[in-house]
Amino acid sequence: MSTKIRIISYQEAISEALYQSMQNDKNVFVIGLGVADYKGIFGTTTDIYKKFGDKRVIEVPASENALTGICAGAALKGKKPIIVHARNDFMFLTLDQMFNIASKWKYTCAGKSKVPFVIRAVIGKGWGQGPTHSQSIQSIFMHFPGLYVFMPSNAYDAKAAIITSLKQDCPCVIFEHRRLYDAIGDVPNNMYTMDIGKARIVRKGKDLTVIATSIMVKEAIKAAKCLEKKGISIEIIDPRTLVPLDEETIIRSVKKTGRVIIADTGWVRCGVTAEIAAVISEKAIGYMKAPVKRVGLPECPAPVTSAYEDQYYPSYKDIFVQTCKMLGKKIDKDILCTKEVDDFIGPY
Amino acid sequence: MKLTDKKKKDLLYKTLRIRIIEEMIADIYPQREIRTPVHFSIGQEAVSVGVCENLTANDLVFASHRSHGAYIAKGGDIKAMFAELFGKVTGACKGIAGSAHLSCPQKNMYSAPILGSLIPVAVGSAYAAKMDGKKDIAVSFCGDSAIEEGVFAESINFSLLKKIPVLFVCENNFFSSHTPLYLRQPDTEIFKRIKGMGIEAIRIDGNDVLEVYQKLKSIIFKIRKEQKPFFVECLTYRFKEHVGPSLDLDNPYRSEKELKKWLKKCPVKRLSNLLIEKKIIKDIELTQMISKIKKEVTDAISFAKRSPWPKNKEMLNNVY
Ligand SMILES: Cc1ncc(C[n+]2csc(CCOP(=O)(O)OP(=O)(O)O)c2C)c(N)n1
Repeated sequence: MSTKIRIISYQEAISEALYQSMQNDKNVFVIGLGVADYKGIFGTTTDIYKKFGDKRVIEVPASENALTGICAGAALKGKKPIIVHARNDFMFLTLDQMFNIASKWKYTCAGKSKVPFVIRAVIGKGWGQGPTHSQSIQSIFMHFPGLYVFMPSNAYDAKAAIITSLKQDCPCVIFEHRRLYDAIGDVPNNMYTMDIGKARIVRKGKDLTVIATSIMVKEAIKAAKCLEKKGISIEIIDPRTLVPLDEETIIRSVKKTGRVIIADTGWVRCGVTAEIAAVISEKAIGYMKAPVKRVGLPECPAPVTSAYEDQYYPSYKDIFVQTCKMLGKKIDKDILCTKEVDDFIGPY
Repeated sequence: MKLTDKKKKDLLYKTLRIRIIEEMIADIYPQREIRTPVHFSIGQEAVSVGVCENLTANDLVFASHRSHGAYIAKGGDIKAMFAELFGKVTGACKGIAGSAHLSCPQKNMYSAPILGSLIPVAVGSAYAAKMDGKKDIAVSFCGDSAIEEGVFAESINFSLLKKIPVLFVCENNFFSSHTPLYLRQPDTEIFKRIKGMGIEAIRIDGNDVLEVYQKLKSIIFKIRKEQKPFFVECLTYRFKEHVGPSLDLDNPYRSEKELKKWLKKCPVKRLSNLLIEKKIIKDIELTQMISKIKKEVTDAISFAKRSPWPKNKEMLNNVY
C-alpha cells in the first residue's frame, strides 16, 4: 500500500494513531477517566471506542495513582496500556507510582523485567480554567531517569509520538496541548515512527535561535513572520522529545547564531527552559554573543480572571520583543498584529 | 423534632435562593462575560442547605468543583460571588479563584476541583479544632466520584483512628462527568460499602430539604458531642450538563426519561408544593420570595459588571 499524505488535525492524528496501534497489536488498550464517554477526550477516543468497544477502551473510577500501578502491572504481563488524563494536572496524583515504581522498574530488575506503558496528558490553557487545570508539568517528568517525555507541537508529531512510545522499554509521557487540537498539518496515513531524541529544525535562520516546545513552536513561527518584516531571521528548533533531549542540534544552532531564546509552556524556574539553558552553558558558552533569555509563565499559579490572561500566558509577542532586545533593534509594536480574537470557549 | 412553619419557610427561601442564583448565572453565561468553567448546583441545592443550616460560623466547609451551593449556603456574599465569576477585583478571591476554587475564608468555606483534594484538609481542620478542645467540626462535600480516590480511604482511616469530628457528605448524583456510577463502582449502595470501613454511614434523600435538615441536625449533634466522623450519602441529581449552563440530553449517557423522573423530585418544587398544600405559605408569598431574590441577584450582577478589573501589577501578589 502506498503512503498517502493528508492534511488532518492534531486531534485526528492522535485518534488515527490510537486506532492503527490497536489494530496492529491486540495488547494495546486505552484506559482513563472519560475515554469511553460520548465526548471521548476531545474526540480522540471516539473512533477507537466505536471500533474496539469497552474491553479495550476502558472507563475507570477516579483513582489515578492506583491506575498507574495497575497499568504497570498489566505491562509486566505484556499488555501495552495507554493511560489518558484529560488534564496533565491530574498526574500529580500518580507521581508515587510513576517515580517510585514505574520509572525505576527496569533498572532495579537489572533489565530482566520492564513495565512500558504510555501516558497521554493534556495541557490546558485559558478560559479561566485556573490554577489546577492549566498547569504544564512536563519538567518534573524530565527530572527522573527512566521515562521518555514527548511534547508534540503539530499533527505529524502527535501521531508519531503515540506509535513511537508504544515501542519503548520504559514508560513514556506524551504532553498534548489542548489548544493544538485543531491545528492541521501533513500526516501520512501509514504507521510511521519518529527518532526519539531528534529535534526538528522548524525554520532555518541566522540571527538568533528560538528553542520552543509544544504550542510555543506555533508562537515562535508567528514571531518569526513578524521579525522577517524587520529583516531579522530566526532559527526555530522544536526538541519534540524532552527526554532524550537532542543536545547536538541545539548546540549546533546556538554555535551558529550565538543568541538564544528558550520558550516553554511551564514556569521557568527548574523548568524545561532551565535545563536547556544549562546544557547550552555547559557546551556552547564560548559561542554566545548574549545571555540566554527564557520565556515561560510568570511566577504565580494560573489566575482565573480574564484580566490576567494575556499577561499570564507567553506568546509570540514575548518572543518578538525579546528578540528585538537581544539584537538591539527597535521594538516596533505595530508589526505585531494587534487584533486577535480568542474565541475558545471549551469544551475544556 | 417538629419544625416550625417559620423554619420551613426559611429553608424554602434558602433553597430557592440557590436555584435562582444558579439559573440567573446560566442565563447570562452565553454572553461570555463569565469566562470560567461553571459546574452548576441546580438540582442538588437541598444538600447544601440542609447541611449548612446546622453549622456554626466556625464550622468549616470544603466543597468541590461544584461549589456554588455550599458557598451560598455557608453564607458567602452574593455580590462577591458574582464579581468572582466575572473575574473582578471585588470578587471573593479578587477574581483569582473563579467558580471551581470559589472560596469565602471569612465564612470558613473553601473549594477546589481536583477530585478528593480537600477531603484530607477537612479532616485536618477538624483535627486541629479537636486538639484545641474546641467544638467546631468540618464538613467535606464530595461527589460520588471523588470518594473513589485513594485519599478518601486514607482520610476515613485517619479520622476514625484519631476520633475526628468530621462529616463526609457524599452528594451522589450518579455521574462522574458523563460516566454513570454503575460503570465505576461495584454496586450503587455507596453508604453500605463505606460502612464496611468502620465508619457510621447512612443514606438519605438528598432532594428533600426537610429530611436533610432534620437528619443532619442529629448527626451533627452527635459528631460534635461524641467527637467522631460520620458519612452521609445523599441521593440527588444534577439537572444541567456536567459543566456549563445547558441541558445535555442529546447524548447516550442519560435519557430525557431519567431527567424527567428526577425533575419530579426537584427539591425546590417539592418543598414549595408541600408548603402551599399545607397552607404554610401562600402563592403570593412565594412570588414575593422569587422577586426579592431576583432583585438581589440583578443587583449583584450589575455590581460585578461595574466593578474594576484587578490591576496588572497585582498578579504576582500573595504567592508566598
Ligand atoms: C484528580 C482528578 N481527576 C479527574 C478530574 C476531572 N473531573 C472533574 S469533575 C469530574 C467528575 C466528578 O464527579 P463527582 O465527584 O461525582 O462530582 P460531580 O461532578 O458529579 O458533582 C471529573 C472526573 C479531576 N477534576 N480531578
